[in-house]
Amino acid sequence: MLTLRVNGAIHKLVVDPDTPLLWVLREQLGLTGTKYSCGIAECGACTVHVDGEAVLSCVTPVGEVAGTDITTIEGFYGQVAEALRRAWIAEDVPQCGYCQPGQIMTAAKLLQEKSHPTDRAIDDAMSAVLCRCGTYPAIRRAIHRAAEKL
Amino acid sequence: MPREIKFCKGRRKFLIAGGIGGAAFLLGVYFKTGRELPKSTVELWRNIPDGFHPNAWLSIDGKGAVTVRINHSEMGQGITTALSMIIAEELEADWSKVDVQIAPADAVYKNPAFNTQMTAASTSVRTSWDILRKAGATAREMLIAAAAGTWNVPAGQCRAETGIVVHNPTQRRLAYGELTSKAAQLPIPGNVTLKKPENYRIIGHSYLRLDTIAKITGEAVFGIDVQLPSLLTAKIVRPPIIGATLDKFDARRVNSMPGVGSVLAIDSGVAVVADTFWQAKQAADMLEIKWSAKGCDDLSSEKFSQQWAELAAKEEGRSIYKKGDVQKAMSNASKTIRAVYELPFQGHATPEPMNCTAYVRDGKCDIWAPTQHQDATQEIAAKITGLPYKDVTIHTTFVGGGLGRRIAVDYVAEAVQISKAMKKPVKVIWTREDDIQNDLYRPASYNVVTAGMDQNGLPIAWAHKIVGPDHMAQALPGLIPSMIPYWAPRGARNLASSIFDTIAPRVIPGKKIIEGAGPLPYAIDNLQVNYIYADPGIPTGFWRSVAYSQNTFVVESFLDEIAAATGRDSFDLRDRLLVNTPLLRNVLRLAAEKIRWQEKPAVDLFRGIAALEFHDTLLGMIAEVSVSKHGEVRVKRFVCAVDCGVVINPKIVVAQIESGITFGLTATFKGQITINKGQVNQSNFDEFPLLSMHEMPQVEVYLVPSSRPPTGIGETAVPLVAPAVANAVFAATGKRIRKLPIDPDDLLDS
Repeated sequence: MLTLRVNGAIHKLVVDPDTPLLWVLREQLGLTGTKYSCGIAECGACTVHVDGEAVLSCVTPVGEVAGTDITTIEGFYGQVAEALRRAWIAEDVPQCGYCQPGQIMTAAKLLQEKSHPTDRAIDDAMSAVLCRCGTYPAIRRAIHRAAEKL
Repeated sequence: MPREIKFCKGRRKFLIAGGIGGAAFLLGVYFKTGRELPKSTVELWRNIPDGFHPNAWLSIDGKGAVTVRINHSEMGQGITTALSMIIAEELEADWSKVDVQIAPADAVYKNPAFNTQMTAASTSVRTSWDILRKAGATAREMLIAAAAGTWNVPAGQCRAETGIVVHNPTQRRLAYGELTSKAAQLPIPGNVTLKKPENYRIIGHSYLRLDTIAKITGEAVFGIDVQLPSLLTAKIVRPPIIGATLDKFDARRVNSMPGVGSVLAIDSGVAVVADTFWQAKQAADMLEIKWSAKGCDDLSSEKFSQQWAELAAKEEGRSIYKKGDVQKAMSNASKTIRAVYELPFQGHATPEPMNCTAYVRDGKCDIWAPTQHQDATQEIAAKITGLPYKDVTIHTTFVGGGLGRRIAVDYVAEAVQISKAMKKPVKVIWTREDDIQNDLYRPASYNVVTAGMDQNGLPIAWAHKIVGPDHMAQALPGLIPSMIPYWAPRGARNLASSIFDTIAPRVIPGKKIIEGAGPLPYAIDNLQVNYIYADPGIPTGFWRSVAYSQNTFVVESFLDEIAAATGRDSFDLRDRLLVNTPLLRNVLRLAAEKIRWQEKPAVDLFRGIAALEFHDTLLGMIAEVSVSKHGEVRVKRFVCAVDCGVVINPKIVVAQIESGITFGLTATFKGQITINKGQVNQSNFDEFPLLSMHEMPQVEVYLVPSSRPPTGIGETAVPLVAPAVANAVFAATGKRIRKLPIDPDDLLDS
């Protein structure tokens, strides 16, 4: 039995502790907003927050995050979340939308560290999340827009 | 267990109240589909029984809420928003009350471009323009007639605006919701008047996309997110070598592993079915499988290249497009040049890997899939289960990137086969490795181009010989059964398919693979495109702009070679040759004007230009690059001018150009699929890298005002990227790129 705290709720789970956090979130907790795309920490679509840090859930064994505070896109609230979501809407960022939860969770970490990031800082932080549709220019604009509101 | 997946209703409420909850824009309405004959509108709208259903495209309920049916898959191109805007415009709807449903599979929702319900070839807006405007206008006129009847006044005295009918002389008003039952009793008018463009208040404006909230909250349901009670997950182990087949497998070590329910052979390999994906994957990794030795283990990319070069030297090929007399003109030319261009196989790498959920039981089959092709999904499921179409229900989810890959339904077949065997709901999930190694690749090609110039340095003869596989020859046999009318019995359907399978390689090759090679928009009097069909057996398929992405690189690069060989400016040469295609010439001039082509760029910056007529969409693109001493190319900026007819939503069009540029840059610099001994060398994003944000240049898009009917946009930017960049690299280094992706080593000073 493993205890997991996700989006403020406590879950007691029977699971192999080597299972990646991603699949536990998606299949056992039904939190499908966190996406599978590469499984090898190359694309960032599976980014969640673990004790406030951006973590790639596809390569994080669930056993290692027992007892931590995990936040997924579904439970991502607060001032930064609100600013990011409003900016994402205003800039019409998503296209297919598949990577966007990962983009937002990564952008949140950036804004927590740098409240007014430069283009360079945005590029450095956001290059961790791949977008096949090419929403990169819109993401840049949206992060600047969100930063102005914070 | 069909269920409704909802997202995004009350989006204004969100914007005003700032809350995220309560989103409910209907994604799919799931009911039985695919009867022999098109259904009545009452049947089509069974899920909204009360209200006004004048046609298959829109429904209005007693509260005035408008539901629009979209017969195309939303895969990022913004089609749910764009098509809704067209209907809402003619309907004079209150945009805040418009919701969207992805249409079920049905005859009425077929894409007229292909006679099958499919989202492909940038056809959605252009094929829907007349149909949806008429659908909206019909409803609007019926609502006006209903109001006029209520007031007992002539309809001519009434107007409709933002969901309300107004009686002009008295300013009396009735909301659409109050008129639905009366309107539903009225005859459907045959001829309706469409709005004049100067009166548009929705079309041409950058309305926000309708699917954003669902996609930033995690609520959007993609195929991979579908959840059902007792759902099992399958991981399939496929042959490592292209063309190899299953000999035998030993599941003894696997059967007792946690969660594993079953291990079974299916057409594409061995499926491990378990409670969760991770359990299935762990077990699949332990499976002992013997594959038959036969297969294509002698295939290798280097060999194709060599064989195709030999073929090109030996054979003339079939003449697919011909204008004038190239041979004669070539002999009269005062100067000739010749070059060889090579393009690799390309992968799709859709962000959402292939997946499909199927539930086959008791004479019924439900499919949940991120598909671009509803009719083929229904056909393959009907074929495997033996069920009639009416018992096969397709639920289209959000699509995490289509890129042409999901026109095929190989992943649907797998889910149906497993669910049929187990009589349980099963979701098949491909890993990224499965996805990249079992893709249906954009064909590779080997191109020989020759041009002859007159004494003024203008090309008078152009010969292009293409060698390589043709994706249509492989893909069409699979598509044909879904294009056959619904009433055709299963036997006839299968027969047509197998006959087509046999004749396709003989009749299909060449027709589509030369797109973008001929005809050309340029005034070159003698032009010939020949094709040598050489298919080594690598699976091929559609890929965002397919043949255009290959041929435009060749054509626009070679045109640059002509300019260089004759000492002409690359823009001037094109401008002169576009004498018969003034629309494209204007577009290219706009791009040149915006980047100030006549002025020198900043130090260390170099420019390359390309133009394209993609069906009726006209584009001019200029890339600005710098190249380091080490051969590293840095693309700084793109300027792209586009004439795509009437623009429905400018912001979405700009996003699609940005998107096409991103996709094109990956193919220009990074991605390629190579084969060694029958095995695909790449397997994940470490080996098939995608463009990331720090590599994304500045993009400026200029839309040409136009009154032409809207044309396509989704694929159109892709083909221009490689030639614009390659021509800029030539300007910077004097080195001509004739092979993609660009290899920095080729740019080093020798």
